[in-house]
Amino acid sequence: MSTLLELQGVSKSYNGRPALRPTDLAIPAGQTTVLIGPSGCGKSTVLRLLLGLIHPDAGTVRFAGTPVGANNALELRRRMGYVVQDGGLFAHLTARANIVLLARYLGWPQPRIHARLTELIDLTRFPTEGLDHYPIQLSGGQRQRVGLMRALMLDPDVLLLDEPLGALDPIVRSDLQADLRRIFRALGKTVALVTHDLGEASFFGDVLVLLRDGQIVQQGTLADLTQTPTDPFVTRFVQAQRYEPTNVNGGS
Amino acid sequence: MNRKKRIQKCLAQSRKGAKERLASWRLRARCSCLLVFWLVTGEAPLRAQDRPPRVVVGSKAFTESVILAELATQLARRTGAEVVHRPELGGTRLLWNALRQGEIDVYPEYTGTISQEIFARQGVQGEEAIRQALTNRGILMSRPLGFNNTYALGIRESLAARLDIRKISDLREHPELKFGFSNEFMERGDGWPSLRDRYQLPQKDVTGLEHALAYRGLENGSIALTDLYSTDPEIRYYDLRILEDDLGHFPRYHAVLLYRADLAERAPEAVAAFLQLEGRLPRAAIVEMNSRAKPRSGERVIESRVAADFLKENPFFEIDPQESEEAVLTYPDEESFRKRLIKYTAQHLFLVAVSLSSAILISIPLGIVAAKRARLGQGILAVTGIIQTLPGLALLVFIMALLHLIPPLPFVHKLPALGTLPAVIALFLYSLLPIIRNTYTGLHDIPLSVRESAEALGLPAAARLRLIELPMASRAILAGIKTAAVINVGTATLGALVGAGGYGQPILTGIRLDDVGLILQGAVPAALLALLIQGLFEAAERKLVPKGLRLQPAE
Repeated sequence: MSTLLELQGVSKSYNGRPALRPTDLAIPAGQTTVLIGPSGCGKSTVLRLLLGLIHPDAGTVRFAGTPVGANNALELRRRMGYVVQDGGLFAHLTARANIVLLARYLGWPQPRIHARLTELIDLTRFPTEGLDHYPIQLSGGQRQRVGLMRALMLDPDVLLLDEPLGALDPIVRSDLQADLRRIFRALGKTVALVTHDLGEASFFGDVLVLLRDGQIVQQGTLADLTQTPTDPFVTRFVQAQRYEPTNVNGGS
Repeated sequence: MNRKKRIQKCLAQSRKGAKERLASWRLRARCSCLLVFWLVTGEAPLRAQDRPPRVVVGSKAFTESVILAELATQLARRTGAEVVHRPELGGTRLLWNALRQGEIDVYPEYTGTISQEIFARQGVQGEEAIRQALTNRGILMSRPLGFNNTYALGIRESLAARLDIRKISDLREHPELKFGFSNEFMERGDGWPSLRDRYQLPQKDVTGLEHALAYRGLENGSIALTDLYSTDPEIRYYDLRILEDDLGHFPRYHAVLLYRADLAERAPEAVAAFLQLEGRLPRAAIVEMNSRAKPRSGERVIESRVAADFLKENPFFEIDPQESEEAVLTYPDEESFRKRLIKYTAQHLFLVAVSLSSAILISIPLGIVAAKRARLGQGILAVTGIIQTLPGLALLVFIMALLHLIPPLPFVHKLPALGTLPAVIALFLYSLLPIIRNTYTGLHDIPLSVRESAEALGLPAAARLRLIELPMASRAILAGIKTAAVINVGTATLGALVGAGGYGQPILTGIRLDDVGLILQGAVPAALLALLIQGLFEAAERKLVPKGLRLQPAE
């Protein structure tokens, strides 16, 4: 199994407080990897490092074998799609304009933009009339679908999602959860998803990476985590979430 | 040789072409410079050799100064010189700087003010010492014009008679009297503290108040005594007794004309003409003129008419009764209200439009820099914040000094440090902070998730700014511009302090003449203009702020 995204000895501190201690991590191509852990464990930091939004204090981030740096971050980001908790939509643009912003900036011809947009609407089952609405006029679930379409517009190799369901109410959440898994399967892309919710992690994840205090505690399937925990923390984390598998309150 | 000829012809042609091009370039350059000159000075330039000597007379923002300047203006104008009177400028320091910088050529001053304020703490006392100190700075002083407008203490005649108070020394016997002095008199070197020490005055109940209020206080008996100028028409209105300065405490405030040494070479006839005023203005004459221009009741006579009447009635000046006085009057007659309003509005709008638009062009980029570079941003905000706290007159004096330091530019020999330019610069500086701060805040308040989403898309920084960050901050930026515009309209009234006109002019004149109606003629249109501009910006907001930012949430 090939590795698409990789951290090699990467560490990152903010104002002297370590967010990620020296870490090695390989995200396999074509699978869904879920980064899970309590708030402040460093899981969102990993996504930001992968996108080149922040730069490591030490170590190397690789995308398809290429080190990610300031010189190539712009190019590489266009091969990755990023979806954040509240959608991160641009409030001054309609849903349509949000989705096609980058394609238009890159000078795609109108028919190509239109064709791709139609594909994405079918894929995400987004209502067409919603395209002309502004983010503030959309529901939470719709906003996430728009965010997803915007991330997928250029047909990236990787999809990075930071608590994509964190801000949704339970019913919308379970609908979108099912939809997302269907979409991931249909696309067969490499996905890295951040959540603090074990139920969600096991629902999506081929591979789970459990982090705590900026360090990976254990990496494996849900069965690995429950049956052969490498640390008492793993057991505690799993036990704690057993009783509330659909914890809605977000935050990473 | 054929070839040689052809080359020569070719060269000649190209030389001719170059000459023509140069000529047309020169013409264009000259035209644009003339335009700049006109914009900056508001006056059409003439070629030097065709021009009669030009004399600029300045005056301070009180009636006597305006009358004295008007007398000098009219006498100089009779020699054929082109004389401009810039009335009601900001104050002693501003006029003195303007005189030294050549912005004005002559203005009326008082010997006491020269030694107390212009040469403050330099120990320049007595007419000869003053004259010497001035000459060293390229400034000449006329002989005294005739009256001594010194500080004096005034007390109600009835009270003075009852207590038998004639001289300042007599006040020692009456420690119970309440004194009310102008705030300036409380502070001045020759004011209350030194007066008290000199005469050993025992009074404890001494307050500082506004001059106009002091007269009212005298009238209703809440104070017994105040400071005044010995030529104030109020002495007569309120029936005051002037106490004799028996110890000679107050410095002499002889009225004089200060003029530039080079004016005597440039316009000797004009100088000779206004020097005719030397010794010709006794106290009674100036009190009479002051009370005509600022009567307590009845018809007010405009200063240029007061001056013209005085000159005509005094045989010394040998003015032919047939001579058209219209030719020498600065303001032939009061302009109609409508005409004045249009003029002030045009001047005011010009000040606001030029200063605000240049502030917008500079502030938005500075706001962006402030938002992107944290430390530099703090510096920018701190500096513009400090500018905001500077009082208007101080800022204007500072700008005038800076303009004087700028070396001559091609075509425009010297940047004018009086008039529209310094006012526009001051307003420009005052408009920076609201726009910079709001641009900074607007950009800073964009949620991190949105900024990161934009960055994660793979848009370069410039595109993120143009497509996402500035549109999302547009509402805040526009609000900043609106605030700046409204402040600007109000602050532009200080343009009158440097002779830039605008709504500040009637306000300044109204304060000088104690005429509320005149003050309102400036204050009301300024307030209406501020409201209008606010309305325009609110309309613009609906056009310029993207719809997605103006909508209310769906639920």
